[in-house]
Amino acid sequence: MSFSVTEPRRGTKWLAGILVVGYAIITMVPLLWIIATGFKSPTDSIAYPPVVVFDPTLEGYVNLFTDRTRATPQMLEEAGPPETWYDAIAQERGTVITGPSRYGERFLNSVIIGFGSTALCMILGTAAAYAFSRFRVPLKDDLLFFILSTRMMPPIAVAIPIFLMFRNLGLSDTHLGMILLYTAVNLSLSVWLLKGFIDEIPVEYEEAALIDGYTRFQAFYKVVLPQAATGIASTAIFCLIFAWNEYAFAVLLTSGNAQTAPPFIPTIIGTSGKDWPAVAAGATIFLIPVMVFTILLRKHLLRGITFGAVRK
Amino acid sequence: MAQIRIENLRKDFGAFNAVKSSTFTVEDGEFFMLLGPSGCGKTTTLRMMAGLELPTSGEIYIDGQEVGQKPASQRDIAFVFQMFALYPHMNVRKNISYPLVSQGMPRAQVTAKVHEIADILGISDILDHPVSGLSGGDRQRVALARAIVREPKAFLMDEPLGALDAEFREHMSEELRALHDRMGATTVYVTHDQLEAMQMGDKIVVMNHGVVEQFGVPQDIYDWPATKFVAQFIGSPPMNFLDFHGSIGAGADHVALDGIAMQVPQSRIGASGALTFGVRPEHIRLDDSAPYRGRVVATEYLGTTQIVTFDTPNGIVKARVASADPVAVGTTTGLAFDPRTVTIFDAGSGQALRSAANEGVLAHG
Repeated sequence: MSFSVTEPRRGTKWLAGILVVGYAIITMVPLLWIIATGFKSPTDSIAYPPVVVFDPTLEGYVNLFTDRTRATPQMLEEAGPPETWYDAIAQERGTVITGPSRYGERFLNSVIIGFGSTALCMILGTAAAYAFSRFRVPLKDDLLFFILSTRMMPPIAVAIPIFLMFRNLGLSDTHLGMILLYTAVNLSLSVWLLKGFIDEIPVEYEEAALIDGYTRFQAFYKVVLPQAATGIASTAIFCLIFAWNEYAFAVLLTSGNAQTAPPFIPTIIGTSGKDWPAVAAGATIFLIPVMVFTILLRKHLLRGITFGAVRK
Repeated sequence: MAQIRIENLRKDFGAFNAVKSSTFTVEDGEFFMLLGPSGCGKTTTLRMMAGLELPTSGEIYIDGQEVGQKPASQRDIAFVFQMFALYPHMNVRKNISYPLVSQGMPRAQVTAKVHEIADILGISDILDHPVSGLSGGDRQRVALARAIVREPKAFLMDEPLGALDAEFREHMSEELRALHDRMGATTVYVTHDQLEAMQMGDKIVVMNHGVVEQFGVPQDIYDWPATKFVAQFIGSPPMNFLDFHGSIGAGADHVALDGIAMQVPQSRIGASGALTFGVRPEHIRLDDSAPYRGRVVATEYLGTTQIVTFDTPNGIVKARVASADPVAVGTTTGLAFDPRTVTIFDAGSGQALRSAANEGVLAHG
């Protein structure tokens, strides 16, 4: 007699499996499509009906990372045989590479601004959430509501005041400006999420540390933080995804210096016809950091480290 | 190890007054119980001793030093939490050594110390286990080890056995008491369980609604409760209260209960009006010749003794008598109260009247 009330029936399991796989396919298809398009030739990329089996080419990636100019057959002949594989790809299309494109630079800007704002957001968010969770803060509920209320409208609704403020403060088109902006937008989310996680950590752990001779800050640093790791990791992922993908403010506030990848990618279309493979290649590379970050933190997302330490 | 003295300690949480002017002393090496129902302020008092709450007013002296407003880390006391509060991200060894690491003790010494304490508590074999897999008893031992390892001035324990199963609690309470006797450490122990308090404590403070009701050795508190609350909170079944209107003069040694003269310890003060005649169930004898009579309404068999419930002119009375005594429900019999054990209370204030029998106990209460 070994029944378990939690074990689902066979049919239920199958149904759940089919639903999950179905959902995965629906969400994965556009992603796979973009990745595939990055390796297609321009003709294949706009073929109808769509081409599923095709000759892969790195042309999209070459176009993404380089600036080229159209060349006459005469010029090509004078230039002689291509020196590298990417020169060869460019010459096949009747162009010569004139130098690297700005994609690398834009991508680096995205990394600096995305990770910078996420880090700042985590530091400020954890400190604020801890204070809200543990201390008697005057007007606590009102403050928390106020913080939440900053999310009640789309951030872009305040684009004009921010644009003017940034211009006056000299923050337009700077890394610092964008880091501050994304931090400001994300902070309310991170304070609320982290407060929830910190509320769940029994206050006795810190009290035990205080009794054991540690200061309040040491107790926070050595006892609370390791246990809030799960919450911090998942909150960081949310913040990074927002900052990483943000488009509207980036278009509005950045141009030559601190422009991030999202506003840059569409400009690829305009430089030499509708170069969809290059756009797709840019999007594919753009995906990688967030994916890696999420996979690295996945361990924390799944691990219930406080399990069983306190009897409830 | 040290003496802990509490003077006029008060704690307010906003408008709520959790502790009202407590005063008592825990002597060096004592096993001291803070007893009371939930919400009586006993845990708040303990937390103020520890420095986890700061008193609104009043003083706390540990080892002669006033520490009332000092942070917990500077008081050199250990605290055992009801929920153990073992650091979940560390294994047993790290948990135990954590207080030593904070003092900057050299590594070799820490290791030696941890092993010594683990031996005392019988947890040497689980030093490298994570705390999450441990049984309740082992967690309790680890929590104790973490408290002991530092050799603090005092141990403060907040219902440390409350989270354990009933049968295991018995065992741990013996272990705890034995450990205390071995270490001779000043221990303050919070509990709401009167049996635990009587069984383990050298001294007991009984608190109610933020007020210290009585303070003394278990036997005195049991025999000579200072208030009706203490009389009722301690003992199972609790002390019987026979309410009557009457008077007792200073120096008098009886009261009239339903018109029958009852002998009581000689009163030191006079009182009149609504009074309460208090007698413990085991100090009532069934005696058919006694003039005070009650009708048996129920009996409860408890092995060697039985609890007999009587309906009397002054209310319900429970007596603990030998199981062998034949008692039939519905019959009426005489009740004789042992005159040496009676306490008279002022029914209004709930305070015990000072008498020849209890004045020694009430003097330091």
